[in-house]
Amino acid sequence: MSDRLVVALAGQQNAGKSTLFNMLTGLSQHIANYPGVTVDKKSGSYTHDGRRVEVVDLPGCYSLTVYSLEERVARRFLLEGRPDVIVNVLDASNLRRGLPLTFQLLEMGCPVVVALNMMDVAGQRGLQIDLPVLEKRLCVPVVPVVGRKGQGVETLRIAIAGARASRPATLNYGPLEEAVGEVQRAVAEQPALRDMSARWLAVKLLEDDSEAAKLLCDRLENPRPLLDLAHRLRRGFGPGSEAADQVGAARDRLAGDIVTTCVADTKAGQVPLSERIDRFLLNRWLAPVFLVATVWAIYQLSIVQGYELTKVTWPVLAGFRNLASEVLPDAGFLYDPQVRSLGLWMVDSANTLLNYVPIFLILFALIAVLEDSGYMARIAFILDRILNRFGLHGQSTLPFILAGVFAGGCAVPGVMATKGIPDHRARMATILTVPFMNCMAKIPLYTLLINIYFPETKGLMLFYLSTITVIAALLVAKLLTVSVLRNEETAPFVMELPNYHLPTITGVLRRAFDRTWLYIKKVGTVVVAIAVVIYVLLQFPGVPAERQADYRQQAETAIAGFYDALSGNPHLGAVASQGDLVDLVNAYSAYRAQRLNAGGRAAAQALDDRFAARHPDFVPFVLRSRAPEARAAAQALRDLVNTRTTLRREMREDRIESSLLGHVGRGLEPVTRFADFDWKINVALLASFAARESSVATLGVLFDQDDGENVPLEQRMGTAQNSQGYTALSAVALMLFFALYPPCLATVIMVRVQTESYMWMVFSIVFPTILGLGVASLTFTVGTWLGLSGMQTMTGVYFGALALLLLVALPKPRLHLSKAIPAEERP
Amino acid sequence: MGNGEFGHKGWGMGKGGGRRRHGRGWSEGPCAACPGRSLNDTAPGTTCRISRLLGCGPIRQRLMDLGLHPSREVTVIRSAPLRDPIELQVGDTFIILRRREAAQVEVEHV
Repeated sequence: MSDRLVVALAGQQNAGKSTLFNMLTGLSQHIANYPGVTVDKKSGSYTHDGRRVEVVDLPGCYSLTVYSLEERVARRFLLEGRPDVIVNVLDASNLRRGLPLTFQLLEMGCPVVVALNMMDVAGQRGLQIDLPVLEKRLCVPVVPVVGRKGQGVETLRIAIAGARASRPATLNYGPLEEAVGEVQRAVAEQPALRDMSARWLAVKLLEDDSEAAKLLCDRLENPRPLLDLAHRLRRGFGPGSEAADQVGAARDRLAGDIVTTCVADTKAGQVPLSERIDRFLLNRWLAPVFLVATVWAIYQLSIVQGYELTKVTWPVLAGFRNLASEVLPDAGFLYDPQVRSLGLWMVDSANTLLNYVPIFLILFALIAVLEDSGYMARIAFILDRILNRFGLHGQSTLPFILAGVFAGGCAVPGVMATKGIPDHRARMATILTVPFMNCMAKIPLYTLLINIYFPETKGLMLFYLSTITVIAALLVAKLLTVSVLRNEETAPFVMELPNYHLPTITGVLRRAFDRTWLYIKKVGTVVVAIAVVIYVLLQFPGVPAERQADYRQQAETAIAGFYDALSGNPHLGAVASQGDLVDLVNAYSAYRAQRLNAGGRAAAQALDDRFAARHPDFVPFVLRSRAPEARAAAQALRDLVNTRTTLRREMREDRIESSLLGHVGRGLEPVTRFADFDWKINVALLASFAARESSVATLGVLFDQDDGENVPLEQRMGTAQNSQGYTALSAVALMLFFALYPPCLATVIMVRVQTESYMWMVFSIVFPTILGLGVASLTFTVGTWLGLSGMQTMTGVYFGALALLLLVALPKPRLHLSKAIPAEERP
Repeated sequence: MGNGEFGHKGWGMGKGGGRRRHGRGWSEGPCAACPGRSLNDTAPGTTCRISRLLGCGPIRQRLMDLGLHPSREVTVIRSAPLRDPIELQVGDTFIILRRREAAQVEVEHV
């Protein structure tokens, strides 16, 4: 044996495998993908007695058949990864269900150590497990552990280090035993199959396991005799899967037999605690109440309280931006160095993203609590009927919650969370509809437009918008299921309802941090990269030469005006040269930004002192003073800075208008005019593909006007749009489009990862665009034609969608059932 | 390889793939021919014994993995608020499954 030990952790779902894995490896672990599939491969390591032990956490599986991806992945690793030891994690409170997998692992011929987890739960349930007898029956070491409390880790590590290939218990297959023996002997004769357990392969061949047959075909030159033998023997037990059933029954029988000899139930006949809780939580009438209360609590705690928390964290990010603006090369009077603009642009993009981190931490922690406690499975139980009606799955709930059912979430973790849905068609439908949810980045645009056009009916409008996306997602899921996804595989809904557990703090925090970090990493890299691309598209080819000359002329006039105003003023000496003037302007801007970020009188005073120490000459221009000369100087500076701001804004607008993205936006006007989107909105929408947050930022730039910084964007956009004939109806069309808008780039990339297909990725962009544009155009055109107001139109659209939803949901199942199930089978 | 990997995933009918509409697949085929008393017709609170499993392939395997073997006793605990899915107890395991799948488990009363 080498000095490196590879240990595979195998066990059924809900056996506490992950907890045990964390307990064994501590913090040194990393997540990768198994080659070619989206199943996570978690591995970690620890050192025991100077030997490095590498632990691989296999996906949870009930059995080792070829029927599910997880089981195939686990099995392939056991066969090809050649672990030195398999640690089989068993739920001590439910041995009967766990043992069949143990038998299969034993049959594979690797040294096995059984970790009997959840001993505390078994104790509470009144189960007394006779460990020596269990060890004797299985012929392998059995270590009792409590993963949640970290009890038994050392013993388990010692057992792992001491695990030797032994002769484990062999399962007697009863009537099948003779056939198994015959195939086993035939397999053992093949030199090419020496490296694997002959008995295991023999049983698999009798079970008619497709991968076992494939393995024979790969390894042997002539696999026919063996395959024929297996086929003949299998036939002897009857048609279909009779032999496989016998195998399963034999395992179940033995498991039952072992449980009767090793486990004494002192509380037999008592109702388990989980069931007693479920009598309330899953009560027919109370269940929906609890569910709504849970979702409301999640929303309150993560979104509402999280936003409160961002007020604390935002100054940190703003401080970071100010720091960056100091480190980067100084701004010019009219033109900034490219490095500076690009650097600040990237910091801004990253900041909008990082601003959500507190919200995500809370949200992910709460969701980890839901998962670990076992309530998530109950949510699937309660909602499956509704979701199933629209082609989704009970387990689609988690992705929808993550993506922001009501308001605020992110589609990226939402799409990631679809991994657990076993039904392929429902999973695809979920992936493609999760982006319709109102992620946090959609909210600013809604708020902006609602504040401009619907200041009196804010609440109702927000309610419409946050629920219409759910309606749209359900309708689209149904549409996709009966059209493009028609031929995808589906799966039955059969799952275990885990016992309730009290989640551990470390477990919850670890999951919350892991997921948040993944979000920062995946989204961060993409968004920053795309920010650069958008920057280039907005920046080039730049302002035409004659306009540039014009701006320069205006700037020079303004500077001359500044010096005129200062003539005779004793402070003129501080800005003798143009270079000094640029320094002054920059120092002033930096001071204003920091002053905005400084909370409280003391902080402001400290800032003033710092400024005075750093730029003593500029003090009269910048800091408040009563001296008439200083006030005149400050006034002159303010006028100059205002003119400069205006000039720079006009230039920026010019630049965007003549930029590549601006051209595209104009080019799209013929298509988008039916929805009443002009080129400015087109540009904002295009830019928001990178990250939705930027839609408002871009609009901010485009609707900037000369009247200084004091007028909020709402007003500026309002006046500008009113003068161009925009109405509340246009706003409704725009908001509806934004609700159905294609997923942002980070989500699209996640869609590609989760579906493993570029085709679906492209579909996830094209379909919502067409749908959104169609709905927006239809709304605007019909609304205009009927002369409706914005609110009336929105109400109409909302109830139209709701009616459609009910139309799809209500009558369908009866139709389905009568067609699908013959009359005599109906209750 | 596109979405080929998913061709194997889940509990579909395997190679018959494209042509059949799997959503309805279970209720056609062998089970329609032999209607017996199934878990679908069993009222909550009732305990009964499994006489046989209908259907084949992945669904059958999953039911057996969860302990639904012939001759074992199973109790129907409750229906979901909207009647579907239902919750069962087999030994110490609690299982939820849709009525469509429950109809595949033939039972006799004890």
